[in-house]
Amino acid sequence: MALDTSPAPSASSKLVKAATSETRIARLTLIMVALGFVALFLLLPLATVFIEAFRKGPAEFATALRDPETFSAIRLTLIVAAISVPLNLVFGVAAAWAIAKFEFKGKAFLTTLIDLPFSVSPVISGLVFVLIFGANSALGPFLQKYGIHILFAVPGLVLATVFVTFPFVARELIPLMQEQGTSDEEAALSLGATGWQTFWHVTLPNIKWGLLYGVLLCNARAMGEFGAVSVVSGHIRGQTNTMPLQVEILYNEYNFVAAFAVAAVLALLALVTLVLKTALELRYSDEIAASRRH
Amino acid sequence: MALRSSTRWRFRQPSVIPGFGLALGVTLTWLTLIVLIPLSGLIWRSSGLGWSNFMALVLDERTVNALTISFGTAFIAAVVNLFFGVVLAWVLVRYRFPGKRVIDAMVDLPFALPTAVAGIALTALYAPNGWIGSLLEPLGIKIAFTPAGIVVALVFVGLPFVVRTVQPVMEEIDKEVEEAAATLGASRFQTISRVLLPGLLPAGLTGFALAFARGVGEYGSVIFIAGNLPYVSEIAPLLIIIRLEEFNYPAATAIATVMLFLSFIMLLVINSIQAWSRRRYSNGA
Amino acid sequence: MEVRVQNIRKEFGRFPALDDVSLDIRSGELIALLGPSGSGKTTLLRLIAGLESPTDGTIFFGAEDASRKSVQQRNIGFVFQHYALFRHMTVLDNVSFGLKVRPSSRRPPAAEIRRRALDLLELVQLSGLEKRYPAQLSGGQRQRVALARAMAVEPNVLLLDEPFGALDAQVRKELRKWLREIHDRTGHTTVFVTHDQEEALELADRVVVMSKGAIEQVGTPDEIYDHPVSPFVYGFIGQSNCIDVTLSSGEIWFEDRPIGLRAASEPDGAATLYFRPHDIELIDGCGGCLAGLVTASRRVAGTRHLELDLGKAHPPVEIELPPERASSTDHTRIAFRPTKWKLFRKEGDVAVAPRQVEAPATELVRTGT
Repeated sequence: MALDTSPAPSASSKLVKAATSETRIARLTLIMVALGFVALFLLLPLATVFIEAFRKGPAEFATALRDPETFSAIRLTLIVAAISVPLNLVFGVAAAWAIAKFEFKGKAFLTTLIDLPFSVSPVISGLVFVLIFGANSALGPFLQKYGIHILFAVPGLVLATVFVTFPFVARELIPLMQEQGTSDEEAALSLGATGWQTFWHVTLPNIKWGLLYGVLLCNARAMGEFGAVSVVSGHIRGQTNTMPLQVEILYNEYNFVAAFAVAAVLALLALVTLVLKTALELRYSDEIAASRRH
Repeated sequence: MALRSSTRWRFRQPSVIPGFGLALGVTLTWLTLIVLIPLSGLIWRSSGLGWSNFMALVLDERTVNALTISFGTAFIAAVVNLFFGVVLAWVLVRYRFPGKRVIDAMVDLPFALPTAVAGIALTALYAPNGWIGSLLEPLGIKIAFTPAGIVVALVFVGLPFVVRTVQPVMEEIDKEVEEAAATLGASRFQTISRVLLPGLLPAGLTGFALAFARGVGEYGSVIFIAGNLPYVSEIAPLLIIIRLEEFNYPAATAIATVMLFLSFIMLLVINSIQAWSRRRYSNGA
Repeated sequence: MEVRVQNIRKEFGRFPALDDVSLDIRSGELIALLGPSGSGKTTLLRLIAGLESPTDGTIFFGAEDASRKSVQQRNIGFVFQHYALFRHMTVLDNVSFGLKVRPSSRRPPAAEIRRRALDLLELVQLSGLEKRYPAQLSGGQRQRVALARAMAVEPNVLLLDEPFGALDAQVRKELRKWLREIHDRTGHTTVFVTHDQEEALELADRVVVMSKGAIEQVGTPDEIYDHPVSPFVYGFIGQSNCIDVTLSSGEIWFEDRPIGLRAASEPDGAATLYFRPHDIELIDGCGGCLAGLVTASRRVAGTRHLELDLGKAHPPVEIELPPERASSTDHTRIAFRPTKWKLFRKEGDVAVAPRQVEAPATELVRTGT
């Protein structure tokens, strides 16, 4: 393999060692260490998913996906994401509008609270809803009396998913909108636009790519969430199993090909997310918040 | 009068932009319903346990072991990630090599890949009959179904945190600073170890803390590879689920409260690191 | 230490940033590299430092060929435009860095390093700030730390890249004076890059004017200002006017009439006449002069600047007069004649006949009248 390991601004130097680059050997070593680590911890696991899924051929793979329980898991995952993501989208825009466009007391604290779900274990995120809506909770008897199903049903799954994906859109938009400031909106208002007109015609076009970026990450997490939904789902086959939970069940039944088949679909989703994310970063880097952390 | 109104305490600065009330209202309502009420429910339930009961549940041997394992493995994984994350960020920022862009994008795989998928894939790789496991088995090294397996899973989920916090800071290193070190006679190694790496310390620590916090709470990727042997490879989140399935709500609540408390401390630590580095290094040199 | 740059050529890709540049820098001299951006002045400075390596040519430090040495071995002091201070180190650590990274055989003991760093901080008038971090200093203070840090290694030569470029005007003026004092006290051979001619002329022992990767002129500030050797230097340093003229049997003609200036030894043909706005005399009645209509008039401090239109085909000319003279003239039409001037042949001819005439203006005026 012919590696061009020259440092980014290529320095042509035959007499003197360039001042700000490492020796070729050091560069190669570092690259090898980094690539080896990536291969071992990222590429190999990803490849394993697809290899295991097709271990017994494409026919088995297809059969595994046609299983009605798997099919209903896919459906449920889509439903949960379709409800949770728009909810957090609306919240994220509202939160970013309040935090980025105004100065008020307690702003920093509010921002910290919005980030809170990221630092809570997914299992705890599920547990809190069990404690509120569970049979032995204060609300439990009431819910039972009127036949309202929250736990072990779609509402519980949605609540847990909304909780874990809560910060995604907001934290993508806040830095972006802060950077953009308020002069565009002030200009629109001074020209006679109403608040909504200003939002639709001025603010939204400015933030659309950042918004899409946040939605993309939010959606990936919503579809892939495991710990939180595992706690609230009750694992009722064919009814409250999302795809990640279906993976677990199939795996624990030693039905490895089926487990990896569902996993492969999720991995494909992850790859699509990464491709779109990278495309957005390359194409619209200035219209996406500078922070690339999630 | 004018003086009084200008020095009065004000909740928000006046602005011509409309929609503050609506936006803040939606935000606070949603935040309260989804995050604050559920979390305070947990605190409320655990405070109902009474102090001695709570402490007894927390100091239960299996619980202490589970917490130790969660924090210990998360710490080791974060250390591994700190080292390799910095190397990886360096290589991505400084060097050109084929496939660099793909590698850069792949760093986010752990964010995008559902944890359960990562869990079964890592297990398949590191199990005694897996590709890597079968290579290590003759050497007497077991990874899957031991605490080492937990570390492997947590290295996977934590990697992007270090890379993505260090990378932007590394990109902004002023080339003049490196040249300045060289003109003062510092060798390349001295420049890196005494000038560049110390400058990356706040970012590195932040990334480390984020990876550590994530590792402590991680569940999906760990349970498949861990083996889940009580006292040996059982993590705290799993123990919460086990207690829930036993309808032992007090125990589940107590463990969750301890973990929540510790993650608040982590959050505080992360914020202080950032505030500290802002105070000292801000408006560049 | 004396620095000799010999036939240096530097290409970035195919683009030549410096083309066959030679320069002798005397020991203890304070020398300015002056030129517009893209003239190669910073490249030359970085080549001397060893931050770039030349495509061709040699650089000597004293009798030693330095071009084969790495930047670390050259023992130079370099002050960067944006200071490049180490922001995680205190001021004291910044200044002592160069001594601390020496191999143990050449490294002074810790107490000695500290003493030297503190001495230098005193020299740059920053005593008491040694425990601060760079972010806690003003721009001017940071620049002083950068200079102290560069001097701590007792450099063969001190190199400064636009040292005052990022500072505001007031601070810049102060630091300029102060740098001159420091130089006079320490006697380091010093090269600094600037695009500010005022800075170069005020501060330097000698000025190197550069353009398009070549040296146009090297000389003392007086030589550079009073005797520019090329149209570029004439145009770049100070204010100047240039008008197209023709030479005919030793007489200088503007359009269809002689202007009363003689260049006896020059062959006939087209040329460009350069003169500074203040090097003119007013003439009553015009028997051989330049004349124009006043199109604008500005009072600048002690003088009045008049903009004259010499005719459609020519760019406007600016002259400076004492205010009382300006007001005593007819306000619409002014006749004048340059007292100090210089002729350059047209672009294409320069290569063939690179002769430049300069004559004591008074004599010529006499001949003209």
